[in-house]
Amino acid sequence: MADLLGLARQVLEQAKADEEVEVYVAHGRETSIRVFEGEIEELTTAESAGVGVRVISGGRQGFSYVGALEPTAAAEALVEARDNARFATTDEYAGLASPDGVEPPVLDLWREDLASFPTDDKVGLALELERRVRDGDSRIRQVVSSDYVDGYGETAIATSRGIEVSSRQTGCYLFVHAVAGDGDDTQTGFGYSVGRSPVDLDLEAAATDAVDRATRLLGAKKAKSARLTAVLDRRVTATLLGILSGTLSGEEVVKGRSLFAGRIGEKVGVDGLTLVDDPTNPLAYGASEHDAEGLACRRNSLISGGELTGFLYNTYAARLAGTASTGSAVRGGFRTTPGVGAQALSLEPGTQDQTEIIAQVGDGFLVQSITGVHSGVNRVSGDFSVGAEGLMIRSGELAEPVREVTIASTIQRMLQHVVAVGSDIEWLPGAATGVTLAIDDVALSGS
Amino acid sequence: MAPADSSPVDLVEAPVLERVLHQALRRGGDFAEVFVEDRSSSSIFLDDRKVEELSSGRDRGAGIRVVVGETTGFAHTADLSETGLLNAAEAAAAVAREGGGGVHEVALSRQQPQRRQVTTPPNAVSKSDKVDLLLRADESSRSAGAAVVQVSAGYGDSRRRILVANSEGLLADDDRVRTRFFVTCVASGDGGMQTGSESIAYTLGFDMFDDHPVEEAAKKAADRAITKLKARPAPSGVLPVVLKRGSGGFLFHEACGHGLEADHILKDSSVYTGRVGQMVASPGVTLVDDGTFGANWGALVIDDEGRPTQRNVLIQDGVLTEYMWDYLRARKEGRASSGNGRRQSYEDLPMVRMTNTYLLAGEEDPDEILAQTPKGIYVAQLGGGQVNTATGDFVFGMTEAYLVENGRIAEPLRNANLIGNGPDVLSKIDAIGNDFEMSPGTCGKDGQNVPVGCGQPTMRVSGITIGGTASG
Repeated sequence: MADLLGLARQVLEQAKADEEVEVYVAHGRETSIRVFEGEIEELTTAESAGVGVRVISGGRQGFSYVGALEPTAAAEALVEARDNARFATTDEYAGLASPDGVEPPVLDLWREDLASFPTDDKVGLALELERRVRDGDSRIRQVVSSDYVDGYGETAIATSRGIEVSSRQTGCYLFVHAVAGDGDDTQTGFGYSVGRSPVDLDLEAAATDAVDRATRLLGAKKAKSARLTAVLDRRVTATLLGILSGTLSGEEVVKGRSLFAGRIGEKVGVDGLTLVDDPTNPLAYGASEHDAEGLACRRNSLISGGELTGFLYNTYAARLAGTASTGSAVRGGFRTTPGVGAQALSLEPGTQDQTEIIAQVGDGFLVQSITGVHSGVNRVSGDFSVGAEGLMIRSGELAEPVREVTIASTIQRMLQHVVAVGSDIEWLPGAATGVTLAIDDVALSGS
Repeated sequence: MAPADSSPVDLVEAPVLERVLHQALRRGGDFAEVFVEDRSSSSIFLDDRKVEELSSGRDRGAGIRVVVGETTGFAHTADLSETGLLNAAEAAAAVAREGGGGVHEVALSRQQPQRRQVTTPPNAVSKSDKVDLLLRADESSRSAGAAVVQVSAGYGDSRRRILVANSEGLLADDDRVRTRFFVTCVASGDGGMQTGSESIAYTLGFDMFDDHPVEEAAKKAADRAITKLKARPAPSGVLPVVLKRGSGGFLFHEACGHGLEADHILKDSSVYTGRVGQMVASPGVTLVDDGTFGANWGALVIDDEGRPTQRNVLIQDGVLTEYMWDYLRARKEGRASSGNGRRQSYEDLPMVRMTNTYLLAGEEDPDEILAQTPKGIYVAQLGGGQVNTATGDFVFGMTEAYLVENGRIAEPLRNANLIGNGPDVLSKIDAIGNDFEMSPGTCGKDGQNVPVGCGQPTMRVSGITIGGTASG
């Protein structure tokens, strides 16, 4: 393994006295296998690494990166970042994170057995997944792809403010894309399973999920437009939480772009609604000891009993808002500067599973998947309109499948109209946790 | 610094590439390819009246693939030394398990397509001139009205020098310069906040701004946000939709373009599989994908497999004529690539992708199309969208739209998605205008993003489901 922190320190030594410097070094390796019709279609070995350097000088910030772990190239990135800083606007709030005394959680996110897992076994998993989906139902017409992907990532951060941290983690997943057909009718379904090591993977669950999701939509038709209760499947809820977290970003709030600005302490949701962002929970795939500026991750309460309790901040947004960082700096790798984001969102679970919620709702619409989230949701105005497919709920039971409809409301309204949160927490890749969620008074638009 | 010229891209010398290809096929395999890239990019971001950040970066590396039968092995490296490349070739060749490949000599011959000339490459422009652009945009948006409470704007440029060599002897290179600008405004009123945005993006250098001033884009974005302050919720239900020229090209990119990509076709995961020669759209509908089309955002001289791009007619007067192909899928069918093999970077495998995809103009007067729509929706700007190629179902966000009443544009509408089915919408096009406009976008497929252009004339679809909240 490369000495990432050593390289970060080496670059940092070249910082000048009158500037703040942050060196972020990342290295990762990934193996990706895709099979099709019993053969390997693609086998990719990928290694990526690089250094991102942030310089703040006289209140002005510049950034530069290089896609290599070479000391000379990294030193050039520092020089370039320094030059870039000359052209930014002087901003008294610009600055790197200062150590704040918060102890980072101790998390074990590394699995040694991943590295020794033989390639043939990885291929075997992908082939077995494809076979089980194909054999899962006579109406499965095609398995478009069956993937096994694993890898590790390690990062180090060293700054002139005295932060020095490093971390590493492993991960893997199985993913399958199935097409079901019945006459002229075609439907698709995805299934996946995620883990930190191959022993965590549940191949059968991924296969069953893909088969069920594709086949149960066969015969789906457009439904009549109506106002009804939408029961969001776990993964749909995770997507919704991701959207919601964008509106709870302290940066958006302080810049006047959040519908929740100035509303701390107000009732924004129903009584039972509690939302936290807790990257200290090792079960979450977004778990991390440090945020992307090297501060300790911590549990942040966002909504408690329906009341808005807090926003998420990185160092810059916190300084703008006159508060402290919540350890919520995130970055998309060494090529970008830290932004603000949730890392491990979850709703406090209720007591009923999905079947019980469906029975309680009586009549409504089980939303299996949504599309057009990036185009149909406006985080500033709160307007929400997405494509949806799923099954109607009649007399407390799942009924006919539905496709090509939209569901619409506003984020504000949806929080006030939650009628049930499930007990069925599912840890998912990404920054949010899945759980069944029922929301009433949603507009379904169809024929 | 000298402008990007037509001198060859010599990131790795030809004899080294020949040895690497030889190594890649040593254990067997039908095809090997080395893709070398040197990318430099810079971006500037303005938000809340401040130039928050200038960023720049450099990526260099090579991706090597080896094809054995139906199997592709791929590896990439940031180490462009001969040793680094040979190691990557070895890793990519790991799929060639059978061994016994024998000797495969490769002699490269350089292709020389006409290189795109860049008048003002990004590195010939000072950072302060680029910063100035954003300050001017901020000023222009804010002066559009007191309701504008927030403005963010971004500038980005990239220069991508690529070199492709393969075991069939192809050696081709390209030097690609792209420049983009975007602006987003927030306006605040009694009914809450609304947003408006606009972008400019071309396969050009800084001279792009000569013909496309940022002030105009910034004003447009601000006006959009301000107009929507008075907007009512979009209706819910099926209505005729008039798409303004240039507003909805992406709809056709999503609604049928993706379904015409040969990888989906060969895996039978497209509604268009086996339908060449059939009527798939209203008469008069002609859909083209054209990598050679001007300096549009999706324009390319060669694709990322070294093939010259070309103009491909996909649908001719309503009849499906052709799919889009990359090397691998074309090889499988024993035909030529259509120049649609693209990849995000050297770290990615190429696949079938669109370039500039557009519907050709028709003969009708755009004003007449509107006048002959008693009730419906007029879409002036669409946001992003998404399609399921296997079913053809798609969704699209409307970011500037109005009600149409008695043939006239009436009240503005709040953002909402529209939803439809590709083949269904294509057959419901009942008016095609004689105007035309392209717009830039980013197309995501299988985790890879590439720049694309889309375009269409003003046109009407007789019915699309509008996903609003207001009853009919």
